[in-house]
Amino acid sequence: MSVTRRSLLVSTAIGAAAAAMTRPARAEKKYDTGASDTEIKIGNTMPYSGPASSYGTIGKAEAAYYQMINEQGGVNGRKINYISYDDGYSPPKTVEQTRRLVEQDGVLLMASPLGTPTNSAIQRYLNQKKVPQLFVSTGATKWNDPEHFPWTMGWQPNYQSEGHVYAAYILENKPDGKIGVLYQNDDFGKDYLKGLKDGLGAKASMIVSEGPYETTDPTVDSQIIGMKSAGADVFVNCGIPKFAAQGIRKAAELGWKPLQIVSSVGNSVGAALKPAGLDNAKDVVSDFYIKDPTDPQWKDDAGYKEWVAFMDKYYPDGDKTDAGNVIGPCLAQTLVQVLKQCGDELTRDNVMKQAANLKDFAVPMLLPGVKINTTPTDFAPLKQVQMAKFDGQRWILFGKVLTG
Amino acid sequence: MTAGPEETIAFEPAPAARTGLTARLQHHHLAIAAVLTLALVAPLAAQSFVTFQLTLVMIYGLAILGLNLLTGFNGQFSLGHSAFYGIGAYTAAILMDRWDISYVWTLPAAGGVCFVVGFLFGLPALRLQGIYLALATFALAIATPQLLKFRPLEPLTGGVQGIVILKPDPPDFVQHALSGLHLKPIDADQWLYYFTLAVILVMFTAAANLVRSRTGRAIMAIRDNPIAAAAMGINTALYKSLTFGASALYTGVAGALGAIAVQFVAPDSFTFLLSVSLLVGLVVGGVGSIPGSLFGGVFVLFVPNLAERVSTGLAGAIYGVILLLVIFLMPSGAAGFARMLAARFGRRSRSI
Repeated sequence: MSVTRRSLLVSTAIGAAAAAMTRPARAEKKYDTGASDTEIKIGNTMPYSGPASSYGTIGKAEAAYYQMINEQGGVNGRKINYISYDDGYSPPKTVEQTRRLVEQDGVLLMASPLGTPTNSAIQRYLNQKKVPQLFVSTGATKWNDPEHFPWTMGWQPNYQSEGHVYAAYILENKPDGKIGVLYQNDDFGKDYLKGLKDGLGAKASMIVSEGPYETTDPTVDSQIIGMKSAGADVFVNCGIPKFAAQGIRKAAELGWKPLQIVSSVGNSVGAALKPAGLDNAKDVVSDFYIKDPTDPQWKDDAGYKEWVAFMDKYYPDGDKTDAGNVIGPCLAQTLVQVLKQCGDELTRDNVMKQAANLKDFAVPMLLPGVKINTTPTDFAPLKQVQMAKFDGQRWILFGKVLTG
Repeated sequence: MTAGPEETIAFEPAPAARTGLTARLQHHHLAIAAVLTLALVAPLAAQSFVTFQLTLVMIYGLAILGLNLLTGFNGQFSLGHSAFYGIGAYTAAILMDRWDISYVWTLPAAGGVCFVVGFLFGLPALRLQGIYLALATFALAIATPQLLKFRPLEPLTGGVQGIVILKPDPPDFVQHALSGLHLKPIDADQWLYYFTLAVILVMFTAAANLVRSRTGRAIMAIRDNPIAAAAMGINTALYKSLTFGASALYTGVAGALGAIAVQFVAPDSFTFLLSVSLLVGLVVGGVGSIPGSLFGGVFVLFVPNLAERVSTGLAGAIYGVILLLVIFLMPSGAAGFARMLAARFGRRSRSI
């Protein structure tokens, strides 16, 4: 009897102990390298020097944003320690700096390294090491490949999905149109062309003239003349600002009046449309996903005001007309959301799990209706854009938010 | 760019100087042995990231040695060595990626290709002197990244996307030997470090022998006085082209090693800025000094990081200040500085 009672007691004790052990285990804090009770270390590489140094401001704006988050108490009580190194836009330097961040500084993850060649250089290394390479700052389509690179995720709408949007717009507005495409003869340009063709689907034969150009070409006149003589009445202009401007200007000189679509790469008023001639660029159509900080229509917008207040306080030297200073905080905000969702389980596995589980996340400086969405099979957070028409002075948004 | 004092002494050994020379030679051997031991032990103690950095230092040192052969010993300027480095890197990457050739064999291939390219480029460059040659090689540095992106070559070069290659694992026989000795197996970074170290030793020894040989004296004679050299029967044109080829070979092998270490090549890795870095390394390490090239490698890799640590925003300016200080304090590079120190301490020990 006493034996039974004792065994009963023992088993109860064991049960209680087991329960006591499982309960804290559920709420137990789990950390990988770089995370602790007080701090989350994240790494980044940026071209602060070298040919792409104008993008460096994105990194500075991100740093300013994390500083603000820390002053507000951090993420779930943990401060963000953002370590950003210069890679000079050189792939070997990026590898060196990334290895320093991962192996020496011990960061939890890489946050928005910038550039296509630089990210290509570290993609395999980070995937082998199982270190998240989150929200890379480049529009190439290849970052959305969870099957082969489960530790890499893009952020901005990629060029192919922009191509899909243009195709949908053309099919709706010029279903019988003949299309001429100007694009840069490299992966960036071909991404656009592929997106456009995929979007047109069975009607890809609408493209009557393809005009690839090399960045070393002096002009794109012959490509534009070719499109006009091929009878095109839709002109999709996927050039970088210099060539986008040449294309718009040449079309006007020829008296050719097609429906003109300029890609997001070439839609800067200052860099492309002014050199093309603002009158020539009238009625050109393009797509946007962030609020243009120079557009007066956002003057009373809550998100814009919040951004201006942030810039004034945390990054007063930053140029408020530079879109990079809008993109930086948007990137940082997305990462902060992921870290919030991670709770107390700050492991690399969980970071990827949460990054692939963003649902209708709205960022104040993204256009209204543009939301961030990811799933375990969809590593392209931003897919939505809104079309805009140039009225001779500025871009006027119109229509619904479209998904590429 | 005068010949080092060793040579002057070696040609006319005064009785008093001879004992000093042998003593210095012994010092030399001791120093080399110490550096080698340190180099052998370093990766066992260091983090793998540091091992990777040291590997890169050796690789840049080798590339700078290539430039040194041309500029330091032959007196020809080049701003185009990023091109040879890039061609070497791409040769290795293409062979490994497209034809599955072992990384070991990519080094002679890269060296061979670069030798031919360098030799051929050296032929027209014969007509150009000084800054004109610098401009011609500058054109080469500018053209190469664009050629690598060139569309017809894309199936081979991978275009702007570049080529990703696999890092070689240590061969089984090494791991077996280590486990036979009850030692820990080494990882890929350590293996690559030792592999690079072996290549560097062979190539530095070869360069030292070349410079000391009859050919080396001809090369330096052309630098010091081309007319006198020609009058002595040296085939100036041939030697200049051959030096160009050998220089490209060295830098090309360094490029191949660099590609294997970084595991990635892209046109943006081999811009004109790389040429400038190599030139800076050459001047800082010591023009015409073979061990100085390694110091140049140290400078090229670590000083930008150091500058960045001081201030991210002003990294470029701080780099410039450091560079100026180094040039001011060591006008003939690290090698000259070491010689000066050795001379000063040598005198002091003798006076005691």
